Amino acid sequence: MPNFIGSPVKRVEDKRFITGKGRYTDDIVLPGMTYACIVRSEHAHARIKAIDTSAAEAVDGVLAVFTGQDMVDDGILSIPTGWAVGDAMKEPPHYPLAVGKVHHVGDGVAVVIATDKATAQDAAEQVMIEYEPLPAVVDATAALAPDAPIVHDGLDSNLCFDWELGDRDATDRAMAAAHHVTTYELVNQRVVPNAIEPRSAIGHYDPAREELTLYTSSQNPHLIRLLLCAFVWPDLPEHKVRVVSPDVGGGFGSKIFHYPEEVICAWASKKLERPVKWTAARSESFVTDAHGRDHVSTAELGLDAEGNMVALRVKTVANLGAYLSTFAPAVPTYLYGTLLAGQYRTPHIHVNVKGVFTNTVPVDAYRGAGRPEATFLVERVVELAAKELGMDPAELRRKNFIRPDEFPYDTPVALQYDSGNYEGALDKALEMIGYEDFRREQAEARKQGRLLGIGFSSYIEACGIAPSQVVGALGARAGLYESGGIRVHPTGKVEVFTGTHSHGQGHETTFAQIVAHELGIPLENVEVVHGDTSRVPFGMGTYGSRSLAVGGSAIMRALDKVKDKARKIAAHKLEAAEEDVEFVDGTFRVKGTDRTIGFGDVALTAYVPHDYPEGVEPGLDENAFYDPKNFTFPFGTHICTVEVDPDTGVVRILRYVAVDDVGNIINPMIVEGQIHGGIAQGVGQALFEGAVYDETGQPLTGSYMDYTMPRADDLPSFEVGHQVTPCPHNPLGVKGAGEAGTIASTACVVNAVVDALYHRGIRDIPMPLTPERVWRALHAGGDGAAAAAAPAGGNGQA
Amino acid sequence: MAHISITVNGKRHEADVEPRTLLVDFLREHLGLTGTHVGCDTSQCGACTVHLDGRSVKACTVFAVQADGRSVTTIEGMSADGALHPLQEGFREEHGLQCGFCTPGMIMAAADLLQHNPDPSEAEIRHALEGNYCRCTGYHNIVRAVQYAARKMREQATVEA
Ligand code: FES
Ligand code: FES
Repeated sequence: MPNFIGSPVKRVEDKRFITGKGRYTDDIVLPGMTYACIVRSEHAHARIKAIDTSAAEAVDGVLAVFTGQDMVDDGILSIPTGWAVGDAMKEPPHYPLAVGKVHHVGDGVAVVIATDKATAQDAAEQVMIEYEPLPAVVDATAALAPDAPIVHDGLDSNLCFDWELGDRDATDRAMAAAHHVTTYELVNQRVVPNAIEPRSAIGHYDPAREELTLYTSSQNPHLIRLLLCAFVWPDLPEHKVRVVSPDVGGGFGSKIFHYPEEVICAWASKKLERPVKWTAARSESFVTDAHGRDHVSTAELGLDAEGNMVALRVKTVANLGAYLSTFAPAVPTYLYGTLLAGQYRTPHIHVNVKGVFTNTVPVDAYRGAGRPEATFLVERVVELAAKELGMDPAELRRKNFIRPDEFPYDTPVALQYDSGNYEGALDKALEMIGYEDFRREQAEARKQGRLLGIGFSSYIEACGIAPSQVVGALGARAGLYESGGIRVHPTGKVEVFTGTHSHGQGHETTFAQIVAHELGIPLENVEVVHGDTSRVPFGMGTYGSRSLAVGGSAIMRALDKVKDKARKIAAHKLEAAEEDVEFVDGTFRVKGTDRTIGFGDVALTAYVPHDYPEGVEPGLDENAFYDPKNFTFPFGTHICTVEVDPDTGVVRILRYVAVDDVGNIINPMIVEGQIHGGIAQGVGQALFEGAVYDETGQPLTGSYMDYTMPRADDLPSFEVGHQVTPCPHNPLGVKGAGEAGTIASTACVVNAVVDALYHRGIRDIPMPLTPERVWRALHAGGDGAAAAAAPAGGNGQA
Repeated sequence: MAHISITVNGKRHEADVEPRTLLVDFLREHLGLTGTHVGCDTSQCGACTVHLDGRSVKACTVFAVQADGRSVTTIEGMSADGALHPLQEGFREEHGLQCGFCTPGMIMAAADLLQHNPDPSEAEIRHALEGNYCRCTGYHNIVRAVQYAARKMREQATVEA
């Protein structure tokens, strides 16, 4: 029996994708299908004075036009957020279609449903909406000004929450006593996740059975069902609702959340008693998919004379956009402030975060969610401190790392890191990049006027979200356990049910590897089922690098139950005591004898229990729920080298080395793929991407014409190394690999560019480091940072 | 309505379409060939890439009527005889896909490259694919997948020669 654990097994899901047989939501066609086109606000902030739907309704082929008021009148409520940050957090209503006022460009106002897509689009243009435009606010810092326009009626400011973590007084005292304080003001700009599959939803109400099926491009179908039935549409009975997330073309966080279109398609389908499909045009995605990041921060890092970090003080204003999306309050708080210790022993940390409403698209989790923002801040300020103190950036990091014998380690910002070997990862990355050689090459190049730089990023992340008790105390309105099921069929074939969802991560392979390994059966005898609430008992979906650490652990628990029961049956058949029976490579054996029974025979016996142990139920089908004890803490060091063209400002990444410790690895091929993709997204934020609004709230980056993501010729090949420190508290020893690349790479690239330019007086360039910004910095003479076209706010306001 | 006749994956299809119908919508909605995807509305993502008379085009940027009388190959036509095309095999062997949404377009774009350049360098592969966005893989393994296919196709050509 091959050992499936740790082996680069080719993905079982690939066949359908490479042959064009994937089945994404928009590929689904149902009899009697109708098509929804949503009329969206072109104003960032306006009162809706009147809506005239009559012309649209008169168009041939139009079945109905609905407004927000129609939905509210029919019992549809506001879409809630899933997290609370303190009792004082403001949660203004978020109706699936706007009622009374629109709050951002792209806010839905009405929906036209027609027998075909083109007719729906044509008719949508006939919906007449009379607006009273209101002053808009785009920038989060500006939104806090006393005279700023107020986004939501009924609130007296745009402040959603004011949150802090850490000991403020102790931090202030330590900072005052520090030998050196490095101050860094930064903008972590707003980005757009841009999964290549646009979001899509189909509502399908069956009037005969009074059942609703919702197909949706979602990362967590169970949570969508729960939010829909428990909060948004209380008249909809949960047991009559099935949510299916079929193949999903990437998510990166943006498909976690419960979106208005899911409610609209579900509700309209019941109204019309026909299936209703909506698929976003890309330009629609830009103004409706939750955006990511968008922080404006000040960081102060205090160090003593030897370079020991003594205090970190952070103030952040986080732009939440117009509404609170599902995870939005958690991202700039619990998933950000708690990570500000990084890999360092900084004894005193205090962070204050103000969450602010603006007339922009809601901001929520985007790959890494809070942790990239924390890592960017920490790794940039540490890098600047090294430069200011004249210390080698690798050595400053090394000096301050939490040491392997200090785990479990309690940080001053509420987490207990379970394990780690930070110096090991740094050393391996230094060796891979050839640090000394590069420094020599850099010095030589500089003599010839060439600008080379090297950047570091030593990151930590808290993954495997999450221990329910901990997140409950932090304000989550749900638990974050996971379910796993193992159904052994009479022929010994196995179905695996997981509440996580794969949208590129390869669960159908990785989870099958675990089950095949544990049961000693061929991989092709295992089928992984996910993404359907009618088949999987419950689940919390996939995000926060949780699938393997939490979902995989639930599967391990279910496997234990299956093996226990199978052992009882085997012992009975072998006429031996249970404790004398061992299970090796798919065969039960009486220890020290050649009396055996295969797993397949045991499975058959379970379903044909003619000769069966007393008191044992027939069947071999077990479920388990797993609630993790702690987060997992992947970490690593990434190092990249860049060359900056002084004439054009173009940054070219020469080499990119990543050493990640994600714990035990089930499928190294898949893990490396996750790291590659993660790096690319982080590089995208560093060099290319940024969602830009003008001061009236009009998005200037509304399509791929003006929002730049990395293309194949923008990136190098990556050099990926691993270190393995198993997670001590889950049965697989795994930590999660989905976000590591993104968390590390943004700071890594910016640090490299600044390293290339620091001798020219440039200590920072605001992201994205476009050729124009780099060129301007280089030609500003002296204080490059000041002249580098710094945006006013996190949204990169033009 | 305009009457068109298009050969898709070797099979002739006659249809009456609105003149504004895009080729990609014709493939997906009239013929049910949903392997060709739509990722954008500005001709930038390449998810819709197919071959028109043997050259790769973005099917969202061609009207169905422009393909009248011509021949189209989609991802479904790449393994029509049941055997995977070396590129399809390469994407699987080298983990060149994650969510799979960009994959059909990538394969069609890469097939065009390999027809004209059987032994491309990494830089040439990256350049040839710069009209296709992938948000999942960081392109690293897509490059490996194309290299795998190029190798395999060269070997096959040698055997046949
Ligand atoms: S759909 Fe994006 S280029 Fe055709
Ligand atoms: S594999 Fe997901 S976009 Fe390329």
